[in-house]
Amino acid sequence: MTSPQTPDNARRKFIAAAGAGVAGLGFTAIAPGLHLMAVGEANAAPTPRKAGEPANPAVRWGLLIDANKCAPGCTKCIDACHTENGVSANLPDPRQNSQWIRKIELVDRRPGKTRGHVTQLPMMCQHCAEPPCVDVCPTGASMKRADGIVLVDRHTCIGCRYCMMACPYKARSFVHAPLNDQNPEVPRGKGCVESCTLCVHRIDKGQQPACVESCPEGAMTFGDLNDADSAIAKRIASVPTTQVRADLRLNPGVRYEGL
Amino acid sequence: MFTPKPRQEENLFYLLAAIGGLVSAIGLAAALYMEHEGHVVTGMNNQIVWGLPHVVAIFLIVAASGVLNVASMGSVFGRVLYKSRAPLSGLLGIAMLSGGLAIIMLDLGRADRIIVAMTHFNPTSVFGWNVILYPVFYAFVGIYLWTMMERRMNPYSKVAGLATFIWRIILTTGTGSIFAFLVARQAYGSALLAPMFIIMSFSWGLAVFIVVQATMYAWNGMQLPPLILQRMKNLLATLVAAVLYFTAVLHLVSAYFAKQTAFEYFILVDSEFSGMFWIGQVLIGSLLPLTLLFHPATRAKVAWINLAAALVIVGAFFQLYVFIIGGQAFPLEMFPGYDIKSSFFDGTVDHYSARLPEILLALGGVAIAFTMTTIGVRALHFLPQDDIAELEAAIRITD
Amino acid sequence: MNKREAIFSAFPLCLCVSVVRFVPFALALLAVSPAPTFAGDGTRTDKPVIEIAKPGKCIAPAEEMRRNHMDMLKHQRDRTLRLGIRGEPVTLNGCIECHASQKTGSVLGEGNFCQSCHAYAAVKLDCFECHQPKAGFKATGVKP
Ligand code: HEC
Ligand code: HEC
Ligand code: HEC
Repeated sequence: MTSPQTPDNARRKFIAAAGAGVAGLGFTAIAPGLHLMAVGEANAAPTPRKAGEPANPAVRWGLLIDANKCAPGCTKCIDACHTENGVSANLPDPRQNSQWIRKIELVDRRPGKTRGHVTQLPMMCQHCAEPPCVDVCPTGASMKRADGIVLVDRHTCIGCRYCMMACPYKARSFVHAPLNDQNPEVPRGKGCVESCTLCVHRIDKGQQPACVESCPEGAMTFGDLNDADSAIAKRIASVPTTQVRADLRLNPGVRYEGL
Repeated sequence: MFTPKPRQEENLFYLLAAIGGLVSAIGLAAALYMEHEGHVVTGMNNQIVWGLPHVVAIFLIVAASGVLNVASMGSVFGRVLYKSRAPLSGLLGIAMLSGGLAIIMLDLGRADRIIVAMTHFNPTSVFGWNVILYPVFYAFVGIYLWTMMERRMNPYSKVAGLATFIWRIILTTGTGSIFAFLVARQAYGSALLAPMFIIMSFSWGLAVFIVVQATMYAWNGMQLPPLILQRMKNLLATLVAAVLYFTAVLHLVSAYFAKQTAFEYFILVDSEFSGMFWIGQVLIGSLLPLTLLFHPATRAKVAWINLAAALVIVGAFFQLYVFIIGGQAFPLEMFPGYDIKSSFFDGTVDHYSARLPEILLALGGVAIAFTMTTIGVRALHFLPQDDIAELEAAIRITD
Repeated sequence: MNKREAIFSAFPLCLCVSVVRFVPFALALLAVSPAPTFAGDGTRTDKPVIEIAKPGKCIAPAEEMRRNHMDMLKHQRDRTLRLGIRGEPVTLNGCIECHASQKTGSVLGEGNFCQSCHAYAAVKLDCFECHQPKAGFKATGVKP
């Protein structure tokens, strides 16, 4: 799945060709032309949505992460995320702490000349177009917003953790203890499952996700995958990129470059 | 065997019911404590998200539907031997399902939102379907019990039995499918799991039934007719062998066809779960009972057959523990061909050890099932009454 | 590790505490049942002390707020979270900005806006298990 010529490629070409950004991304009906609204500057901030306007189904927010640029030992994106979202790590058993984003270190063990090569990358909710967490959630608390962001509606989450069993990326955390230092814009609480929200509260204000903004290497590109003119879509159309666990055909909204 | 005198018996009954009630109450208190402090007080974490409570609950739920088979064989297939056991089997089914569901509900992160679980339904979720399957199961078993106990309703008992039988097959398929749909983890996501859970439920349900029946006969100072035990013993042996066969196929398919050799190596050879698998599940839970059920020295003795059934139950717990905990302890394979490391314990095998609150919660669920059975049996006089002559005649015909 | 052991050894005690806590909770539950009838008419005589920290106008007439704020909030949360609609008059954070006490900066706590009235009406509010009850709070977050 790490080789870039799997379904990935076909899909990428398809996206490029489709232009209007329809693509087999799980959206059934999209008004052609709407994509023109989101203008694709390199890493441009999204346009803030007007008051009273719902999320735009023509848009699909995504991230492109360049693993080549991700610096060893740097945890800026993680710090930024956890500060923005008020995620703290103070439980005695570290395995019970939430981590919305984490740094993964990969050592290549495949035979060949890349053997032993070390790669770094941040890992978080992949915001799949076909999210297994949404399929399995008994109450429908796991949900995908119209613009492709996968969220947990913590007003209906009962804390059964079935979504955590279903997620192939270990992207979700369960809040194991009561909290009281939440950021007002990011409510979080005991007994519910949570994960990266792509900083919805920032996107809706026309800002970038905290991690993207904080990366000193510019390794993360945020934008509208459906908009062929956006920096992210252009980049995905021109360089080989990888979907993690492409074999599951979940069509994640987070793509990696340099794997 | 120990047989109490009438007055003693009365006291013993109250004692047992009180112990059951107390353990249930402690389990409930443990759940409240977990609810209040959060799951920090348990051994569960972000990698092993389902722990001991789920192992015990799934055993109870799977065995609950299996124990009803005794009734189904009576009503649906007209076996006299099983017919007189149908009420007991229905009661056990309800009691065990209640215990299992209580555990699952009380372990929820937000058990206070149980209303949400009932009012919000996601049709793509297997877990969601189960929320519908269980109440209907109760209704079916309740109606079935009624048709058996109310003389006027007797004619409908066959239909009710059939409906219950079909529903319980669906229910167990649903339980198995909870795992069968989890493609993300190496241990699960196999279509084999649905039929396997059905066979498991047959086997464990019958084992539970045999043990409960033995206790009740001993309690009442009665001897179970050897003929009956003989029949049940043969059936149990077949089912235990079938589960063993399914286990073998599951692991072979996983190792050779799904190419999950690393995971299979982990479970079968190199982990804390390997011992539980070989000694707990295979030896204690399958081979030993099979030997007891077939060996000339033991196969005709009531005590040995009961022991075999008890061993099957012990083996079932090992099997579920290896399946549920072992399956989660193995790290997710996100990047095949790479060694993977992170602050979130990617790439490392996790270790689970249950802590007191979750152990008490799990025991509480068992106690709920126990208490309901004890009280139900006494209040409703569910001791099977066999007409031996009729039985012998029937067996001669069916053979 | 120490903390964990401490939690663990405190278990029997906490267990008792939990059980005892459950009693008032159960009583509260009983008490909730008649609450809606009280809430129905906003004109009942003896009201709890309600301190309005930031004088001005509420998002709707006080009468209507008293009667309908729960439905407004519950309706709004689906609009915001599921549909992504923001910038509408009803927001929980908005309530907090205006109604937080000037002394403690919070809507919770003895005598403060949401809590005083809810304690009086015996309606449990679990919103603030997640939502920050303090106005203008800035979370820090800690490195993992
Ligand atoms: C388990 C955690 C949790 C609990 C409990 C909870 N919420 Fe929320 N709530 C959230 C999250 C997460 C959001 C999404 C925030 C965002 O995206 O801006 C949210 C958003 C909202 C919003 C929209 C945002 C805003 O500020 O207006 C409203 C309204 C809301 N919740 C109301 C409630 C009410 C009323 C209750 C109590 C009955 C409640 N919530 C309980 C987690 C929770
Ligand atoms: C712009 C500031 C502001 C905002 C935002 C606001 N309120 Fe108010 N609210 C007030 C003021 C001022 C009053 C007193 C008005 C009066 O008595 O006529 C009030 C009165 C009320 C009352 C009636 C209290 C009584 O006298 O019994 C309730 C209930 C209430 N607000 C709830 C809310 C809720 C819930 C929200 C969030 C959805 C909210 N308010 C948002 C300013 C605000
Ligand atoms: C004037 C008294 C009063 C004030 C002030 C008040 N509430 Fe309420 N609230 C009530 C009553 C009474 C109910 C119960 C109504 C019912 O059940 O029909 C209620 C119910 C609710 C509910 C629904 C609870 C549930 O579990 O269904 C929410 C949410 C809520 N209030 C939020 C708030 C928030 C947030 C504030 C502070 C901004 C607030 N309330 C201030 C009286 C008040």
